[in-house]
Amino acid sequence: MLNIPIKDQFRESRLFNARLTVVGAVVLALILALFLRLVYLQVIAHRHFETLSQANRVKPIPIQPPRGLVLDRNGVVLAQNYPVYTLEIIPEQVDDMNSLLEELKQVVSLNEADLKAFRKQLRERPRFENILLRSNLTEEEAARLAVRRTYFSGVELEARLQRHYPLAGLGVHFLGYVGRINEQELERIDKATYRGMQHIGKLGVEISYEKTLLGQVGFEKVETNAHGRSLRILERIAPVAGRNLTLSIDAKLQALAEQTLGQRRGAVIAMEPATGAILAFVSTPTYDPNPFVNGIDQDSYNALLNDPDKPLINRALNGLYAPGSTIKAFLGLAALEQGEFGAGRAIPCPGWFTLPGSSHQFRDWKKTGHGIMNLHDAVVQSCDVYFYRLAVAMEVDAMKKFLEPFGFGGKTGVDLLGESEGLLPSVAWKKSRGQPWYPGETVITGIGQGSVLVTPLQLATATAVLANHGVRMKPRLVRASVDAKTREARETVPETAGQIVLKKKEHLDIQIRNLMDVVHTNKGTAYGIGYNAPYKIAGKTGTAQVKGIAQGQSYSEKMTPERFRDHALFVSFAPVEDPKVAVAVIVENGGHGSSAAAPIARKVMDHVILGKAAATPGGAAPVSENDE
Amino acid sequence: MDLQRLHLDRTLLYALLSLAAISMFVVYSGSAKDTGATFGHFMRLVLGFTVLLVVAQIRPEILERWSPYVFVAGMVLLMAVLAIGVIGKGAQRWLDLGLIQFQPSEIMKLAVPMMLAWFLARGNLPPSLSKLGLAFLLMAVPAFMIFKQPDLGTALLVFGAGTFVLFLGGMRWRVIITLLAAIAIAAPFAWGHLHDYQRQRVLTLFDPESDPLGTGYHTIQAMIAVGSGGIYGKGWLNSSQAHLDYLPESSTDFIFAVYSEEFGLLGSLLLLAIYAIIVARGLLIAYLAKDTYTRLLAGSLSLTFFLYFFVNMGMVTGILPIVGVPLPVMSYGGTSIVTIMAAFGILMSIQTHRKIAE
Repeated sequence: MLNIPIKDQFRESRLFNARLTVVGAVVLALILALFLRLVYLQVIAHRHFETLSQANRVKPIPIQPPRGLVLDRNGVVLAQNYPVYTLEIIPEQVDDMNSLLEELKQVVSLNEADLKAFRKQLRERPRFENILLRSNLTEEEAARLAVRRTYFSGVELEARLQRHYPLAGLGVHFLGYVGRINEQELERIDKATYRGMQHIGKLGVEISYEKTLLGQVGFEKVETNAHGRSLRILERIAPVAGRNLTLSIDAKLQALAEQTLGQRRGAVIAMEPATGAILAFVSTPTYDPNPFVNGIDQDSYNALLNDPDKPLINRALNGLYAPGSTIKAFLGLAALEQGEFGAGRAIPCPGWFTLPGSSHQFRDWKKTGHGIMNLHDAVVQSCDVYFYRLAVAMEVDAMKKFLEPFGFGGKTGVDLLGESEGLLPSVAWKKSRGQPWYPGETVITGIGQGSVLVTPLQLATATAVLANHGVRMKPRLVRASVDAKTREARETVPETAGQIVLKKKEHLDIQIRNLMDVVHTNKGTAYGIGYNAPYKIAGKTGTAQVKGIAQGQSYSEKMTPERFRDHALFVSFAPVEDPKVAVAVIVENGGHGSSAAAPIARKVMDHVILGKAAATPGGAAPVSENDE
Repeated sequence: MDLQRLHLDRTLLYALLSLAAISMFVVYSGSAKDTGATFGHFMRLVLGFTVLLVVAQIRPEILERWSPYVFVAGMVLLMAVLAIGVIGKGAQRWLDLGLIQFQPSEIMKLAVPMMLAWFLARGNLPPSLSKLGLAFLLMAVPAFMIFKQPDLGTALLVFGAGTFVLFLGGMRWRVIITLLAAIAIAAPFAWGHLHDYQRQRVLTLFDPESDPLGTGYHTIQAMIAVGSGGIYGKGWLNSSQAHLDYLPESSTDFIFAVYSEEFGLLGSLLLLAIYAIIVARGLLIAYLAKDTYTRLLAGSLSLTFFLYFFVNMGMVTGILPIVGVPLPVMSYGGTSIVTIMAAFGILMSIQTHRKIAE
């Protein structure tokens, strides 16, 4: 009996050869088909294609669609297009580039920056495409060029729409800008969609809503002469304009916040708690995006890049800051949830805290201590010791778990690309970096120091959660996209990103009352903006250490160089009964949250709630004894 | 020079070298006399021939032993692309290794036929139905992953390479006919899974005029280029279609159009003949091979090469839809030259090591 199959070499090779014969026949047949096709195209139909080739003077020329406008909530134009004459060169049609450039210099003014940008494009773009040499030709230059154009081969005078940001630097960090399509983008984009297009969104709303703003390229079938120059238009498929974007931003409020921050580095976010609609999105210093549109020259760019104030950084979206005491606005709620730490529990604050078995003193910002503290007083006076003890009782992982639903340590889901996630530390996180978690780190996390990092956008979003009954909305800049022609509008629907879960609903109300007393009682750290407010504000100040202070030393603002001064923070929402706006303010190296950040928030809230920038209160504001 | 001792096959080598030489002239013309691009093409060819020389030294037995590992490594890389691949050309195809970027799907063009040949050689031929099913998974899974990248061209070639192994391995006719019937039924379903632009390409094949500004435009312009070349061509550097910018991708996927316009039917047939000689030589190597693995692998690689140039020339001459498949060795750019040359290295190894063994 044959039960072990033995490989039958002979049979297998016969089978293989049979198959090979079939395959060979098919290959032969297909090659024959190609052969016949070539004979058909190149011999039989040659005349026909020869004629077509000769007559192939009809070229589809792409027409760029006007890019969608960007408007603020009141219709103020933030980004628009205006027509400019441009001088463009088709390198393929130029025999001697250097002498052509020399000749052109006689006709239009060309500076070093123009030539530099041109040569860069010359290296990067295909040789048959138009490359921009000069934009913004004057009427006179355009006329001179038009007259002499026939003498130059490969020179095009074009009327193009150019992106313009009329308010210059206002809101540049959310608005972004467009710029020339570069090599990497050329590889990434669909070439058909961008045919004839020179610009693409680079940052902010301009890149995040690129598809909406872009529109659809149109075509003109153009008859050309043998050199490819257009003679007449045969057919036209109109481009479809990009959709206009209406933002929830209030340009006036934005300007107010930017001016109030002035020369200081910082960020302000104002947001509608119920919808997540962003009213102001400020990062200072700002910069003018207009030079970026046609390629900023290297020197100006280096100046921006090397500016010690780092204007190019989007502080609101990517600035990572220790939240400082503003975290108490949220951890206070955790204290209520924690039961044993509940509202009634009183804790003595001698001005310092030590872990059992350690002599290291964690200091309170108030050296002499606050005395006996309950949660209300600890929030109102921003007592550190109370929150040190809360942190130790909670442990770091529980703090992370509690803070996450507020949007810390993750993306807020804002409709801008590239937001930073911040950091909520945990034992596992530290371990993944090959280091153990030290108990002391837990202690300082309780007052928003140490490894915990938040962005201003996260702070505002989290504050809005308190104002919005615990529901977190995705921050939204764009309110609607509107068809430029039909005016048909597509509204952005507010989206929920999550919700905090509380053991008792009243806890939120208790904590909001605590936060109100921060602003409206004379012991509160933000009384300076609350004593004369015509509406109720809930808020929390914060001061984040930039430089570590050695044991036994003390911090003096006057003695510290500006760059090492503390960051000032403030979060708030108002009016408490029916919150219309939540605000987060950060002033880098601003010192105290109460004096540097809170007044900015007050101005923003005044504008939103009272509809005008309220007059600065006359006389000196009363200073709370707790000026953290 | 004793080519045999270098494990090189004379016929294949000369044919490939003539292709390479012709390609230098055509890339120069197709890229609008871009010396940088032409030099880049030259360097890629040098790299390709080096790879060929190295691979040809590897004994077929070793290749056979390595096959499963190469396949597993390729699959891991392919999954890595899906997971962490950087976005290149609007699609997830590239793996960024810091210094260089490469496409794991290229490896699969070799790994899939190697794996299947190894798998089928592990038992009697023709393979049983269950074995065929498993073999089908081994090629369909990577092909589907590549298709999802999305890279229709490469997916097609990988799937083709696998199919060739199964067919040469003696997959029964009744199975083949059943599968073809199944495909005919499943086709409408697959249609729904194609990207819009892929669907458009198939549609315009039947009626290029329907979209003269988009996909159909490419086909028409390529046909005009080829047809206007006539018998003798317009002469080197005289492709008006390419130089007046009517022809898209004139140095890459549509390089055959430039070549045909400049060198006419005579040139086209010369090129077709060289490609045919290469395929014929490959199939002969498969015929002469002594064991199942090398036979199946050599056959599959030769047929894949055929599929490669047939799809490209078919698309340029308007008998196949436009899929992004370059003309092997001729087209400028891409990493595929390395894979193609490695495949010829394998073929030469199979041929020359057999002779030495005798």
